[in-house]
Amino acid sequence: MYDIVYYHEAESVQDAVRALTEHPEARVIAGGTDVLVQIREGRFGPCELVSIHELRDELWGVTLDEDETICIGPITWFHAVNTDPICQERIPVLCDACDTPGGPQLRVSGTVGGNLCNGITSADTASTFFAFGAELVLEGPNGRRVVPIEKWYAGPGKTVREQNEVLVQIRIPKSHYEGFTGEYIKYGKRRALEIATMGCCCLVKLADDHETIEDVRFAYGVAGPNPCRSEAAENIARGKTVAEAAPLVGEAALEDLHPRDSWRASKDFREQLIKEMTKRALVEAAAKGGSTASWK
Amino acid sequence: MSKFKEVGRPLARVDAKDKVTGRAKYCYDLLPQDHLVAKMVLATIGNGKVLSIDTSEAERVPGVVGVFTCFDPELPKTPFGTAGHPWSCDPGHQDIQDRWILTDRVRQYGDVIAAVVAEDTVAADRAVRAVKVEYEEYPLELTRHEAVDHPEDYPPLHEARPNNIIAHVDNRTEVAGGYDTIEEILEDPSLHHTHVEVTTPRQSQAHIELCLSYAYAEGDRITVVSSTQLPHICRRIVAQALERPWGDIRVIKPYIGGGFGNKQDILYEPLNAWLCEKVGGRCVLLELTREEVFAYTRSRQPKECHLDAAWDDDMNLKARKLEGWSNQGAYAAHGHALMANTANSFRQEYSGVELAHHGIATTFYSNETTAGAMRAYGVPEGNWAAEVLMSDIAHDMGWDGCDFRLKNFMKLGYRDPFWPGPLCCYSRGIEECVAKGKELIGWDEKQKAYKDQTGPIRHGVGVALFSYKTSVAGLSLETSNVRMNLAQDGSVMLQMGATEIGQGADTVFSQMAAETIGIPTEMVHIVSQQDTDVTPYDSGAYASRQSYVAGTACKKVAEELRQEILDYAHFLFPKQQMPYDLRDGVIYDIAGNAVTTIGEVAIQAYYHPTNAKQIQAQDGINVQENTFAMGACFVDLTVDIPMATVTLNNIVEIHDSGTVLNPKTAEQQVHGGIGQSAGMALSEELLTNPKDGSIRNNNLLDYKIPTAMDLPDLTAGFVETYDPTGPYGNKALGECPCIPAAPAIRDAILNATGVKFYDAPMTPQRLFEGFKKEGLI
Amino acid sequence: MEMRILSCTVNGKPVQVGYDVRECLLDTLHDRLGLTSVKRGCEVGECGACTVLIDGVATDTCLYLTAWAEGKTIETVEGLQAPDGTLDVVQQAFVDEFAVQCGFCIPGLIMSAEEMVRSGKTFTRDEIRKCLSGHLCRCTGYQNIVNAVEKATNLVNGMVGEEASGTEEVA
Repeated sequence: MYDIVYYHEAESVQDAVRALTEHPEARVIAGGTDVLVQIREGRFGPCELVSIHELRDELWGVTLDEDETICIGPITWFHAVNTDPICQERIPVLCDACDTPGGPQLRVSGTVGGNLCNGITSADTASTFFAFGAELVLEGPNGRRVVPIEKWYAGPGKTVREQNEVLVQIRIPKSHYEGFTGEYIKYGKRRALEIATMGCCCLVKLADDHETIEDVRFAYGVAGPNPCRSEAAENIARGKTVAEAAPLVGEAALEDLHPRDSWRASKDFREQLIKEMTKRALVEAAAKGGSTASWK
Repeated sequence: MSKFKEVGRPLARVDAKDKVTGRAKYCYDLLPQDHLVAKMVLATIGNGKVLSIDTSEAERVPGVVGVFTCFDPELPKTPFGTAGHPWSCDPGHQDIQDRWILTDRVRQYGDVIAAVVAEDTVAADRAVRAVKVEYEEYPLELTRHEAVDHPEDYPPLHEARPNNIIAHVDNRTEVAGGYDTIEEILEDPSLHHTHVEVTTPRQSQAHIELCLSYAYAEGDRITVVSSTQLPHICRRIVAQALERPWGDIRVIKPYIGGGFGNKQDILYEPLNAWLCEKVGGRCVLLELTREEVFAYTRSRQPKECHLDAAWDDDMNLKARKLEGWSNQGAYAAHGHALMANTANSFRQEYSGVELAHHGIATTFYSNETTAGAMRAYGVPEGNWAAEVLMSDIAHDMGWDGCDFRLKNFMKLGYRDPFWPGPLCCYSRGIEECVAKGKELIGWDEKQKAYKDQTGPIRHGVGVALFSYKTSVAGLSLETSNVRMNLAQDGSVMLQMGATEIGQGADTVFSQMAAETIGIPTEMVHIVSQQDTDVTPYDSGAYASRQSYVAGTACKKVAEELRQEILDYAHFLFPKQQMPYDLRDGVIYDIAGNAVTTIGEVAIQAYYHPTNAKQIQAQDGINVQENTFAMGACFVDLTVDIPMATVTLNNIVEIHDSGTVLNPKTAEQQVHGGIGQSAGMALSEELLTNPKDGSIRNNNLLDYKIPTAMDLPDLTAGFVETYDPTGPYGNKALGECPCIPAAPAIRDAILNATGVKFYDAPMTPQRLFEGFKKEGLI
Repeated sequence: MEMRILSCTVNGKPVQVGYDVRECLLDTLHDRLGLTSVKRGCEVGECGACTVLIDGVATDTCLYLTAWAEGKTIETVEGLQAPDGTLDVVQQAFVDEFAVQCGFCIPGLIMSAEEMVRSGKTFTRDEIRKCLSGHLCRCTGYQNIVNAVEKATNLVNGMVGEEASGTEEVA
């Protein structure tokens, strides 16, 4: 049994915002895979919860706006994003990322919104959302505001979301994904039920020759306190062919990224992973755009 | 093979149907609705003393029934041992008794200093957090050097062993070959030499059911229902801890969700029973969390071994020396028995041609969490040492790993010189095991194909052999008791003292009973649950002893029951020629004529107007002999060097366990053991935080047992010898499979990359460091 | 904390049961409805022993508040046997393939396999391993469990892949 002292099943986003405002200690719970684990750890003591679990009408599913912005409801399960036709057609790399957290059961409870709201650097979809430059729509007592993902994180496990705000949409504008192919590599110590030791997402747009890099984005989880990009790797790759860029991007990424030592992995080892994964992610992402370069 | 009719049948498990329908009841499933819950208050320092405990706030938490501390005047004062070993009436052979139900002397992080009993888990958890404790802290003694160089200014962990040494054993064999000492061989310049240092991890049993029990009073007695491997030993230790007559305690063991040695210790059943006493006999549940199971129950002992060897140009080992240390942690539990097994198995396996052997083994206390039994009981560590050595030598000399190992393997008739009773290699199928394994893995082709590889992705093939004694006969008491009753229809109710813990014991005992009585196994109904009030005595599931020791008892009682049945048949039908025979449930006379059926005999016996009786038999045995099982594991894998990952492609493991009692359940044992050994090779290790002695990765996310995606298809095979000492020619199997896969994986990584790893597990971090050091990264 | 009434369908029958709002579905199914196949192994979604089908989807019930089960359809292994006692195809495959040892993880695994069988899809052995990767088993090395799930899905949905992809028989 969980130490819950107040529980409200919200009937709408507005109702959730109202309940959160009336209960300033209350937390939002959606899929439960983070919040319930933290309650069990005793991290919050006796806990107040406002559940948005049942707000499927408002917060579930993937749609395409008129301007072809992809709009993802935050309580959509990882698995539902993975199997969504819009995502599979336009941003399959996010589907791949959504196929990596935990095991199958976690992926039908855990939500993509929760993966962003927990503020955790190892969150499997966060680096991919970061690479896509996702826009996060929050609704609070004073209405809605849009936060670009670059301004979303506020330190380890923290975001700019206020206690009485609910994440209501994740938006990826067309210009952020059109023409890009991508690769997400999760490095874990086993093949399932794993938190990333390092995560790397590469999005690349190739010229008509399928080898020259027109544009590229590298985003990482666990390379710092929050998900982040490496502009140095992106800058060195732009304009080169994939084969030219591949041996250079890893070292370049280390100019921006400063992983730390922990008992889970040493700094040296994480740097090795960054180097290798950056290279492989670029080559694999480019391969989906027609490149024939190899990382071997 | 055709020697038997029921033994050797690939019969479906007798418990399978209940387990796929949810009908099989485990400890928590039997819990009465009306119960209280207990939670432990655990020390948050690694070494020191509790000065005071303030329970006032905790007692005020709504729903709390009581908070009981290590300063409770009613707390029993007698220390007890927790190892799942048979009791000895000789004090010199008793396990170390160094533990109390609650303690104010904190010897490890997580020592239990108080406990809360409450109406529900939320109240109990809140109360635990509200308990305030004042400590006096002593410096931590976690490592070997810290423990052995114990600072004199502070009290020792245990007064009886001020230097923290639990045991130190130095065994030298006689020296052959014209040398005077083993040192002469190890330094002989005409031979090759090596010195390597290896370590093995604190592996966790990681059974999926938690550790739990509940206790309630019946009259003035206490009943404990526990997820234990050994109900009778549990009864004894609970009684000893509570300072009560042993008959006051009744222990019931239902189905258990895995034990793998962790439940071969008595964990918190004494605390549970004491808390039950403290709340007036009301039913109290003590279920550990997963984190508590990882950190505060038992684990494989972390070990360090220094090895020396000398060998000649013709693949002959000349001498080996092992100096090993086992970090037992805060309490002795199984004491030195595990490290002894490590050193013994290292010596025994490659005793074939060596001229001398020297083993020095030490077990010491420290402030680490308490270790204990885990499947194969010290032998995976000894086997890691033995096989790493063989692997290095074969690699460096350019020898075929199989040929070199076989040349030096234990010979038929080998007798261990240090085992107090008979321990002998009575049967030996190792050559056939290796031949079969080589063929199935494609050894020769792969050796060729994997030569001279370059690039980031490389493939390797590896081998390891093992030997494993069967039971602890000759060292410790091996006794077992069995009861059989004939039902009215001629079926047999079988009650074993030995326990089903998932390994399939109930199924093969049923087959054994049927074999010897002369009925189909379908006519044997085994009582799976043990209850110390009614179940015959047996010490329980450990040491791969049950099919050998309890099997011997089962055979004996089946013979007695069979004789009772035949005698009664003769009483009913005195005219036919004796002796009678019982086959397939039919009784025949000496001429082979059917006389009657077992069902007819049974019902006549039950309801005979003048000579009614229930035909039954109960008896026990002492087993004195001991023999070796053996086998070989082959691994094919791929190494991604820059990413420091290993992908297992194929694992083949062939066992000589004597007669295979049930080929399908035998395969099950092999599959599961390989999984555990692969975990020890690549990912499994409980990590101690050097700051306070706590366990860092005390959950199933950070403690990495393999998932279905981490293991390849596994092939289990058998070479059937007939062991003259086994009741049906059988010898150990249960633990054997978790021995050789780890060093075989190590051997395959060496084959793939040329890099030698000495520390298990070979985690990505360690692989990275090794590849970097050798210039591959 | 307050008690509420849950109305849902459990193993084909409409159920109303009182529950404490602090409970997860694992607690309610096991402790209040007596469905003892729903096992507690970790409480944090890492072992899979408490997996049941919720509206046909294999879900960890330790991380699923009972409140969320309102109106849902829940299935456990207790509901799989036919009225005449015949085992369901997955249950029978687990028996026949010797997938069961200690048995503690088995009910959860069977429910994940059940979802696979009902999907109408066929699976390679690697796909089966991935579909089962949210369950930890310590006894079997997964070998016979994968065999059992392969057998059940093939029986119902047709064969895929090489025929001899199973265990090598070593007599």
